Amino acid sequence: MSDVSYGEISRNGLWNNNPALVQLLGLCPLLAVTGSVVNALGLGLATMAVLIGSNMTVSLIRNQVSDAIRTPAFVMIIATFTTCTEMLMKAYTFELYQILGIFIPLIVTNCAILGRAEAFASKQPLLPAAFDGLMMGLGFGAVLLVLGAIREIIGSGTLFANMDLLFGPMAANWGLQLFGDNYGFLVMILPPGAFLVTGLLIALKNIIDSRQQARLAETQSAPVQGSKRVRTTGAIQ
Amino acid sequence: MALGRSSSPHAHGPRSTQWVMQQVLVATVPGLIVLTSFFGIGSILNILIASVTALACEAAILKLRNRPIGFYLRDYSALVTAVLLGLALPPLAPWWLTVTGTAFAIIIAKHLYGGMGYNPFNPAMIGYVVLLISFPLQMSAWVAPTGLMVDGVSALGPDFLSSLQIVFSGSGVDGFTAATPLDAFKHNSSLLVDHFYQQTPQFSQARWAGLGWEWVNIAFLIGGIYLLARKVFTWHAPIGMLLGLSVMALFNYDGGSSASDGSIIFHLLSGATMFGAFFIVTDPVTSTTSNRGRLIYGALIGVILFVIRSWGNYPDALAFAVLLMNFAAPFIDYYTPPRTYGHGKSGTIIHRSKED
Repeated sequence: MSDVSYGEISRNGLWNNNPALVQLLGLCPLLAVTGSVVNALGLGLATMAVLIGSNMTVSLIRNQVSDAIRTPAFVMIIATFTTCTEMLMKAYTFELYQILGIFIPLIVTNCAILGRAEAFASKQPLLPAAFDGLMMGLGFGAVLLVLGAIREIIGSGTLFANMDLLFGPMAANWGLQLFGDNYGFLVMILPPGAFLVTGLLIALKNIIDSRQQARLAETQSAPVQGSKRVRTTGAIQ
Repeated sequence: MALGRSSSPHAHGPRSTQWVMQQVLVATVPGLIVLTSFFGIGSILNILIASVTALACEAAILKLRNRPIGFYLRDYSALVTAVLLGLALPPLAPWWLTVTGTAFAIIIAKHLYGGMGYNPFNPAMIGYVVLLISFPLQMSAWVAPTGLMVDGVSALGPDFLSSLQIVFSGSGVDGFTAATPLDAFKHNSSLLVDHFYQQTPQFSQARWAGLGWEWVNIAFLIGGIYLLARKVFTWHAPIGMLLGLSVMALFNYDGGSSASDGSIIFHLLSGATMFGAFFIVTDPVTSTTSNRGRLIYGALIGVILFVIRSWGNYPDALAFAVLLMNFAAPFIDYYTPPRTYGHGKSGTIIHRSKED
């Protein structure tokens, strides 16, 4: 199985098998913290870091750990990287750490990470595993980011507000006030808004996919050659 | 010879969706008249804005879904949603509030679930709840009823031009608002109910349960009785709801102490009780199907309505109660199948007893 191409891995992580839009994994943080771009980006980066780290480690120990105890081993590895990430965030982005709260430790329970360890990293050498972690993390982070941006724009009428929580004082002025000061559409900030926007994003992806497929079928539909006699005997597949 | 083939049922009622929806629209007229006479032309403006939005959204979505536009627009279902939402919103609500709520109701609550007949939740109530949790400020600004005397000054609603100005510029309604009776009652914590009634103009100038609101409720009751007489729906759901509410009020009204939760008549003639009982709870799509089920469904809405009114954060709770029970309607249906023709006592699906 080591013949997976890097292009394939990137396409899978970013689009075809996107953890958030196709696998529908890690929905809890996805829905809970995407009220603004800065929260989404913070959690996306943290998840990506854990994903890359755990994928690499799992790939390194894949021949040493027996199948029977692999799940607990994976969970411990993921927990280790989550703890590291949590401590790093506490040290460098303390306010964001406080805002994201329980959802940073909860990265441990993000099924997207355990899923990649189980389905990919435990069967692949180091480099493809690391690359898969990066691409899956990017795919997950991108969805978080889009979701956060949409919800922030519709919900509170701002974009990139409070980015200084993540990027330091130089980002203090990045925030855009799109509508009036009194604007606010609370339901988009609350969990229902997350469900709505996620559902619409999944629908959008499916529309794009089906359009693409239709176009592909159009270009490839060659006329059927030879006999078209109805088959009356033999196995029908 | 070609014979038409169709599956059962072969006997169709002569009533079309269109007829039913027209009857509902007609039945809202007394309520609308009383609302307008007490709270000004705000409700009519709401209904106009909501109707235009609803029809536009409905047509746009039907076009996207490749459905016959004219056929579905002529069944008046979008119009009924718009009118119900327009009646439920505070009069003189800013126009964008009505547009947002209606668009949400039609596009998301109705068509994303499959359109007419497939929506699990009442679209008008979804629109209302979205607005209530998103814009609590605008949604709680109710115009004072005309004739309400506060400190010797009689409240006078805004005239026609300033009403238009308030709705379309979205400011200035503050000068005309007053607490609704339910709101005022909720904030009473120290007075006996009798004293509270005497000291609060909303009650001291009313006959039974809050100036203006009692008549609004009676008008919706009249509209509901009209619908009952035309057999648009059965009595089970509305009576169930009123009974559920009354029983809860009866058990929790301790004769009028400061901690009591309002008398039966207060609950029956306040807020959205009658409007809900006859125009929302009776929605054939989102409620239960059997008569027994409707009775249970209605009663539980009444109970939840009382619970949230009395112990929750919101002064009125019809929309929440209805949506919660919309969730439960399939469950109730599962346990209350009607008796099959030719069979004995209607049994539940799971607990087939020895009688079979």
